[in-house]
Amino acid sequence: MIKFILRRLLLTIPTFIALMFVTFIAIRLVPGDPVEVRTGEHGISPERLAYFRHELGLDQPVWKQFFDYVWHLLHGDFGVSLSSNEKVLTEFLSLFPATLELSIAGILFAVLLGIPAGVFAAVKRGSWFDHTLMGAAVAGFSMPIFWWGLLLIMLVSEGWHLTPVSGRIDMINFYFEPTTGFMLIDSLMSDQKGAFLSALHHLVLPMIVLGTVPLAVIARMTRSSMLEVLSEDYVRTARAKGLSEFRVISLHALRNALIPVVTVVGLQVGGLLAGAVLTETIFSWPGVGKWLIESIGRRDYPALQGGILLISSLVIVINLLVDLLYGAINPRIRHGG
Amino acid sequence: MFKLSLKLAASVGLVAMLVGATAASAKTLVYCSEGSPESFTPAMNGTGTSFDADRPVFDKLTAFERGGTNVGPGLATSWDVTDGGKTLTFHLRKGVKFHSGVNGFKPTRDFNADDVLFSFNRQWKPDHPYFKVSGGKYDYFNDMDMPALLDTIEKTDDYTIVMKLKEPNMPILANLAMDFASIHSAEYADFLMKAGKPEQFDQIPVGTGPFIFVTYQKDAMIRFKKNADYFGEKALVDDLVFAITPDPTARLAKLKAGECHFAIAPRPADLEEIKKDKSLSLISQSGLNVSYWAFNTEKPPFDKKEVRQAFNMAIDHDAIIKEVFLGSGTSAKNLIPPTLWSYNDKVPSYSFNPEKAKALLASAGVTTPLDIDLWYLPVQRPYNPNGKRMAEMMQADLAKIGVNAKLVTYEWGEYRKRMQKGEHMTGQLGWTGDNGDPDNFFFLRGCAASKGGLNVTKWCNKEYDDRLNKAKSLSDIKERTKLYEEMQVIEQEEAPDMKIAHSIVFEAMRAEVSGYKQSPFGSHEFQGVDVK
Amino acid sequence: MAAETVTHQAAPAGPLSAFWNAFSQNRGAVGGLVILLIIIFLAIFADWVAPYSATEQFRGMTKLPPYWAQGGDPRFWLGTDALGRDMISRLIYGARISLFIGLSVMTVSVIVGIVLGLLAAFVGGAVDSILMRIMDLIMSIPSLVLAILVVSILGPSLTNTIVAVSVVYLPNYVRLVRGSALAEFGKDYIIAAKVAGVGPIRLMFVTVLPNCLAPLIVQAALGVSNAILEAAALGFLGLGAQPPTPEWGAMLADAREFIRSNPWIVTLPGLAILVSVVSINLFGDGLRDALDPKLRRS
Repeated sequence: MIKFILRRLLLTIPTFIALMFVTFIAIRLVPGDPVEVRTGEHGISPERLAYFRHELGLDQPVWKQFFDYVWHLLHGDFGVSLSSNEKVLTEFLSLFPATLELSIAGILFAVLLGIPAGVFAAVKRGSWFDHTLMGAAVAGFSMPIFWWGLLLIMLVSEGWHLTPVSGRIDMINFYFEPTTGFMLIDSLMSDQKGAFLSALHHLVLPMIVLGTVPLAVIARMTRSSMLEVLSEDYVRTARAKGLSEFRVISLHALRNALIPVVTVVGLQVGGLLAGAVLTETIFSWPGVGKWLIESIGRRDYPALQGGILLISSLVIVINLLVDLLYGAINPRIRHGG
Repeated sequence: MFKLSLKLAASVGLVAMLVGATAASAKTLVYCSEGSPESFTPAMNGTGTSFDADRPVFDKLTAFERGGTNVGPGLATSWDVTDGGKTLTFHLRKGVKFHSGVNGFKPTRDFNADDVLFSFNRQWKPDHPYFKVSGGKYDYFNDMDMPALLDTIEKTDDYTIVMKLKEPNMPILANLAMDFASIHSAEYADFLMKAGKPEQFDQIPVGTGPFIFVTYQKDAMIRFKKNADYFGEKALVDDLVFAITPDPTARLAKLKAGECHFAIAPRPADLEEIKKDKSLSLISQSGLNVSYWAFNTEKPPFDKKEVRQAFNMAIDHDAIIKEVFLGSGTSAKNLIPPTLWSYNDKVPSYSFNPEKAKALLASAGVTTPLDIDLWYLPVQRPYNPNGKRMAEMMQADLAKIGVNAKLVTYEWGEYRKRMQKGEHMTGQLGWTGDNGDPDNFFFLRGCAASKGGLNVTKWCNKEYDDRLNKAKSLSDIKERTKLYEEMQVIEQEEAPDMKIAHSIVFEAMRAEVSGYKQSPFGSHEFQGVDVK
Repeated sequence: MAAETVTHQAAPAGPLSAFWNAFSQNRGAVGGLVILLIIIFLAIFADWVAPYSATEQFRGMTKLPPYWAQGGDPRFWLGTDALGRDMISRLIYGARISLFIGLSVMTVSVIVGIVLGLLAAFVGGAVDSILMRIMDLIMSIPSLVLAILVVSILGPSLTNTIVAVSVVYLPNYVRLVRGSALAEFGKDYIIAAKVAGVGPIRLMFVTVLPNCLAPLIVQAALGVSNAILEAAALGFLGLGAQPPTPEWGAMLADAREFIRSNPWIVTLPGLAILVSVVSINLFGDGLRDALDPKLRRS
């Protein structure tokens, strides 16, 4: 087991190095200049442009810039954002909790609704519920979420006034310093009555939008995996032994049916971050997805590099964890790669 | 599963009720702003969004009256002009306190001349200890030609500043009221330098302004509280919150829901709805800007006057105002907006006439189909809400006179650079005025700006240019006006461009907001604004 | 991946009819196929079907609602957009664009995926490792961010959208082909072919590949719908097809400001995306059930 983990960890190292190099080069290939992009109609004089390019080290050969970057990176320095002059790591860490909160909420929403729904559909196969659910799942799975978000805002927030339109908390009534950056936790820790509920209230719609695709995928996967398991011999044996249907399903079938579901959940994480980009854009959610997109627009090289590197590392780590988890619950597989 | 979703539904309902029930104790004004500021040092910023976020904290030596362009006293109570306009002596206000308690800083002295010296020298002197802090980009200081104008700035005592200029220049008093000239605390700068974190100077601002900075969460909110000791017009609310909401649809929805009191830049498409809503109020003012479609007069066939005139007639102006500006613009015929002095209303405008345009083209010897490129703005600008849509309409109109326009665009920095180099045949651009002087617009068609500069028509006309240069050197407004009026006639006839529109700036707010004054510069100020 | 293949279960009636028998049992899949065929028909014959050109602007008739709504005009079934262009014509031409994007991305990534996947499986060693690390790399960057980065480098256009989305989906195909090829490797018929002296290229493409096709076809069908979604997302962010191309995502983005005042301009392109993606996914599901016996409905 340890050998397996070590091997997987070692395998990620060349990926990291390549990732650093590729993002570094790719970002510099984007046309436009970080200094010029921020000037208005006035433009900027060539002397001042040359001066800033020199100050930012952009007049150095690319290979030298790269080695400087890696050198700093090895010292834990991700550089300074060109647009805000804030340390990239600080900026990332200040925005990341918002993305994480949204993502966790989204995946929880998907898992907590998707698994029971999938199990139920499998058990009542061919029923009205099964058909409806699977139909809805195909639609959910095919949803252009930027449109879905707009539509839900239009209906739920503006039509029925059930949820707020954007933001993370009601700013008129509540204010407290962020300690963890997770609005739900911070609001609980603050002694302001109703703050937590307000935060929760703001989270509902973005959570649904982000969770829709994973929800559909998980429900479908649970259903098909459950169907397969239900026809296995040991389930029939369990039934024959006279165990109650509930025990059969929850004790015997579900545990085995969940194995492939875990992988699917893991695979959704990468997709979730991509979905977060769109969800954050639509809901003005102050997270890293929106920040990355805006950084491309601003040609903010250090922010982009650092951001992509951090997010991708996270995806790699999560994939690794999923593999390990998969190995742990399914002893037959120990030799992935 | 059903139980779970029921619970969920129940909790959502509960949340809705509880949130509705909580009431505000302190008076808070929430402003739904467009984006995060670049920094909290105005001198380093370039966008209105950033200036809006810095402005509550700071004062300048001189000040624009709230809601106007007139320059009055700020941190300087008065000034003397001597030496034929080359020496300005500022008498500073006494007893002004910098904000206390921000970022652990407690000022030990009142505002004085050292703070003024610090604020200008930082942007001006490359050997200043703060010059390079946070990247040292002082775009406005350079854009307004301050290094070329200033000779020396010195203090003669703690409350007197003497500014010597290289040549007489009265508009500099207006420049000093601009945001880049905000006065910072020199003592705070020293405090941070000693603490080894000078970069915080531009992230956690200390000023003398009507509001005190409390906190900033990137892409989420900025929070200020009232400065009870403010020397000028005081804040009427206890807390000022900038809720950063980039999406205009979300801003309007928040405004309607009462989640914010004031929203920047409502979408033209939503104006009707805002007007109808009794809980909201909408105010408007024409903006100090112009959008135009430049013809590159160095590239045939645009070197011919008749061709340029023909193109002016080929475009359905009214349709653009209606469908692109959606009513938030007025058709333009001159480079300057009608609110600016010297605007020549006698200049005729080109009327939409495809037949005549075709005939003109033919008489100029142009054979159709003619292929041209049409560069459209890649970004939204104050003078052009949607360059792409405008280009699509122009393309359709041009097709009717036998011109195939290829739509081209680049990333914004690239776009401007290439246009200044003259790579385009025709292209959209525009201008936003800085200080309310007509020269600030007319130089855009001058010969000096045509060589790789901001005159993207590359048009250089001696008649026009002589008048431009003469007007700059005159101090008599009447004489200047006459020259500028003549220039507008010349330009209309020569048609180096097609003027498109001057935008109208709308502001939407809750009906309970009172005391707000719209600024002609498009800035937002919240002292003197109250929420009922 | 599934080791069983189509060849093993070919019924006497021929694989095609066996496939159709299995496929037609799935009502959703057939429904999806029918809708998909209609969309394909509209896309191909857009020039004849669409009432107007996709770019013709009817001045003075902008933002009309669908004809059944109040203020609608019977000449414009689904109303007009912000520039007075006929909505239904734009949607029909948009189908052409979206399907073109979907199919192009699928073709490019399938072909490149097959070549790289087989290469990795056959050559093995360093080539395999390097290829797989590159695929890991691509997969570790959130798909949309990667696509945006690629489009930003190449400049926004239809072709570059296709390139960007192909890059994003490439790893799926490479891994799939490599996986199934490796699974085939130990099998007797490969060994037999090798002994019989079949050359490596022939072995790769003629002997092994056909036996990996089933999962690949399923992946490809679903890949079309993913590509359409991804391209629409790029269009929505303003990085896709350029004006006046009637790409659905871009149409939606262009009309976003009218979501309150004229909601249908925003609703219709989104609905078009949803319907076409749903139909392709239903079809793809049926395809998988019919081709992949492991997941077949029992």
